[in-house]
Amino acid sequence: MDFANLPMAAYIGAAVLFILSLGGLSHQETARRGNLYGMIGMAVAIVATVLLLDGAPMGYILVIACVAIGGFIGARWAMVVEMTQMPELVAALHSFVGLAAVLVGVSFYLGMDADHSSTVHQIEIYVDVALGSITFTGSVIAWAKLKGRMSGTPLLLPARHFVNLGLVFSIVMFAKPMLEANGGGVIWLLVMAVLAGLLGVHLVMAIGGADMPVVVSLLNSYSGWTAAAAGFMLSNDLLIVTGALVGSSGAILSYIMCKAMNRSIWNVAFGGFGTDSGKSGGPAKEYVGEVTAIEADGVADLVRDAKSIVVVPGYGMAVAQAQHTVNELSEFCRDAGKEFRFAIHPVAGRLPGHMNVLLAEAGVSYDIVLEMDEINDDLSDTDVVLVIGANDIVNPGALDDESSPIWGMPVLHVWGSGTVVVCKRSLASGYAGVGNPLFIRDNTRMLFGDAKVTMQALLTALRS
Amino acid sequence: MKLGVPKETWSGEKRVAATPETVTKLRKLGFDVYVQAGAGDGARLLDDMYVGAGATIVDDAESVWTGTDMVIKVRPPSDDEIATMPEGQRIISLLFPGQNKELVDKLAERKATIIALDSIPRISRAQKMDVLSSMANIAGYRAIIEASHHFGSFFGGQITAAGRTRPAQVLVIGAGVAGLSSVAAARGLGAEVRAFDTRSSAGEQVRSLGARFLEVEIEEDGETAAGYSKVMSPAFIEAEMALFKEQCEEVDIIVTTALIPGKKAPLLITHEMLDVMKPGSVVVDLAAEAGGNCEATIADKTVDYNGVTVIGYTDLTSRLATHASQFFGSNICHLLDDMGGGEEFNIDHDDDAVRGALVLEDGELMWPPPPPKVTAVAKPSATPPVEVPADPPMPKQPAVSASVSRLAVGGVGAALLAALGLHAPTELLQHFTVFVLAVFVGWQVVWSVTPALHTPLMAVTNAISGIIIVGGILQAGTGDIGAAAILGGLAILVASVNVFGGFFVTQRMLKMFRK
Repeated sequence: MDFANLPMAAYIGAAVLFILSLGGLSHQETARRGNLYGMIGMAVAIVATVLLLDGAPMGYILVIACVAIGGFIGARWAMVVEMTQMPELVAALHSFVGLAAVLVGVSFYLGMDADHSSTVHQIEIYVDVALGSITFTGSVIAWAKLKGRMSGTPLLLPARHFVNLGLVFSIVMFAKPMLEANGGGVIWLLVMAVLAGLLGVHLVMAIGGADMPVVVSLLNSYSGWTAAAAGFMLSNDLLIVTGALVGSSGAILSYIMCKAMNRSIWNVAFGGFGTDSGKSGGPAKEYVGEVTAIEADGVADLVRDAKSIVVVPGYGMAVAQAQHTVNELSEFCRDAGKEFRFAIHPVAGRLPGHMNVLLAEAGVSYDIVLEMDEINDDLSDTDVVLVIGANDIVNPGALDDESSPIWGMPVLHVWGSGTVVVCKRSLASGYAGVGNPLFIRDNTRMLFGDAKVTMQALLTALRS
Repeated sequence: MKLGVPKETWSGEKRVAATPETVTKLRKLGFDVYVQAGAGDGARLLDDMYVGAGATIVDDAESVWTGTDMVIKVRPPSDDEIATMPEGQRIISLLFPGQNKELVDKLAERKATIIALDSIPRISRAQKMDVLSSMANIAGYRAIIEASHHFGSFFGGQITAAGRTRPAQVLVIGAGVAGLSSVAAARGLGAEVRAFDTRSSAGEQVRSLGARFLEVEIEEDGETAAGYSKVMSPAFIEAEMALFKEQCEEVDIIVTTALIPGKKAPLLITHEMLDVMKPGSVVVDLAAEAGGNCEATIADKTVDYNGVTVIGYTDLTSRLATHASQFFGSNICHLLDDMGGGEEFNIDHDDDAVRGALVLEDGELMWPPPPPKVTAVAKPSATPPVEVPADPPMPKQPAVSASVSRLAVGGVGAALLAALGLHAPTELLQHFTVFVLAVFVGWQVVWSVTPALHTPLMAVTNAISGIIIVGGILQAGTGDIGAAAILGGLAILVASVNVFGGFFVTQRMLKMFRK
């Protein structure tokens, strides 16, 4: 029997498993199965690749040792990470794909037989390293921004589009000396990698504010394209298929989210937030008015009288780790026979679906967690809306103030409800840096303080 | 501006176009409201209550018609009323201009301006003015109440010391506003409900109310662009009739609500089907006024057909007159608000909602209106009746420009492929084939993802993109330890963090999602 083609057949199986995995992850009922398919697919792919090796013992040892060490680190990390830190974890993991692609590319260049490799082949290496490098540094910057190591405000260099163009141009130009060096051009490859890295840094630095979830998913897409490029380089169809799957799914996800925010995906990918100044004439409006503060006892009275309550969670809830307390509140209200639901804006939090994950962690049933489109119509019939640590996604300025940078973004129409209680640490503006006229509406009450502390106080007041 | 509210003259009509509550709103909008004495009696709204809300009571209909700038009412004006009113009077009421051509002509002779509430287009912005929906909701509810009145059994199942009863089986045909309201009311009484609609989009709404959605085995969607039903193909109708016959043997109550705008109501329940129904069953035909969905229906009558009660009331909304008036009045308030209120009242031809409903302006025929610029409400569930919806005006010729740009994209794509075919080596082309196909697969697979799963999906794709590990293995596993192998090993290390981290964290997240 000939085993030579067995790994190739296994690759087909792995590719199918990956497709099933992504398909499964599209719906709650099949999601766990989908993840399992992904794991099996990956295991099949790794084992098949090891079988492809030609049997030098040192090679096996190196491979197994590296997988074991890396696997241990990854698994450990995944087990201890807080759910609120999901965005950082995802961004960090993206950077690893980029880094691995750069390493593989350089390694391949060093290991290739220069006389027998065609120009096309060398270009493939070049593209792989370039994409890998952009993904790597871009993800590192995204990670630092999400982690708070770096300011979230976009860095807008005066001629940033020209900077980008210049970088792309020089990346393309450095291909020439590398190709002419005929196998000895690793230095040019590395120089280019640095330039591509700068491009990655610059692209993500220019994005800030509410666009962060889109960036994370965009980087996800880049990491896919990187893997596909590596597949071209290595003539490995499994890498191409998988990379293309991930790349296109990430791109779709970004597109869906951009649509939810009424933002052009090109603007997020290349521009910076608020640069599309077609409509906005001058600086955003300043909102002047009195806010009405309220204490937890007052909110408890409101909740007690209310028949229907909707909670709009935002990043503030994640930061304060208040999701468990909020869940207790929901159970209390549901036991008291009130209608209690959650309204999730597509870009609430710092990662698409971030709030859903947090609420799931706290044990909230997903039946009462509704998407914006499902619940927006009902908000006007709701007695009390509790906005917990959210700001831009409930900003009425997005609908009626053309000068607002978030003008046109669909938002939750909380102001139509009976009373809106906004739980916030201070009156500071949201991630997008925009003032919020919701706070000075007549039916809005401000509950100042850390979300966890105030929710705890509310719960105590309700129970007494 | 003076607004008149006459007492309805149509026999059996108990509704009134304004209630004390809406009078308050109308006054806020800047109208002076003159209500005919006794106008609200049928809806149990007494004159004193109107006075309390700030209306002026006038003794007879004539003073309402002659002494005001505009009259709001429920039913179309009668011949007497047309004779009474001064030339150039403005009227807001139901009119059904498609069916009542003669009436429109008479009104035109009197140089009247008339806004037909039934002709307000079904756009999301106009939902708050849509009397057809608000009245259908009431009729659907009342249909169940009437049915329960004639039905000699419980709706809900009972388990008592005196015995056990099964819940009533209810079939609702047509899951529009009225049908859904019937479904909800019957569910509320404890019945087991199934519903049928030719528009497959209705299934989700039916199920959301806890009822079963019946389907025929033929694929055909009966939804028009305006969100109403259309006439179906003969094959579909045949399958549909077979389904109804089968259902007739099982169910106790049938509510039919099938209407096709401007046409006679389709015949759905034949004598033959009634014959197989259990004695004591009840059929409520909401389409009685348009000819009826049931062969035995007689409009405004209750018929006993071999033990099956067939109800053909056309005044179901009048039988719930208080709330019907309340909703009707609110719809009118919203319309008048949209038209500028009492001070700045104007008939804006650029306002799709108003233009659609405008039948006569100073006697000049304005109906039917040009097609609305805004897309119609296709699916009620997806209709946010928001105050300020982002209704972007559609480009003038979207079809043409879209096909031009599609052509351009196609052309560029073809040129690129040709260039690739001419210059790229065979191997690259093969890989490229695989690549392009995989891109499309990824696109198709992920397109319908539930938003709640975005984070797990991203974590899993992240883990999967760790497939780059394969590249590392190929580089590191050659056996000779050099720079290339070391770099490969590092790549494996980094990529396996990704693989393991991604899958495990997804696992952790998915475990937390629970119903």
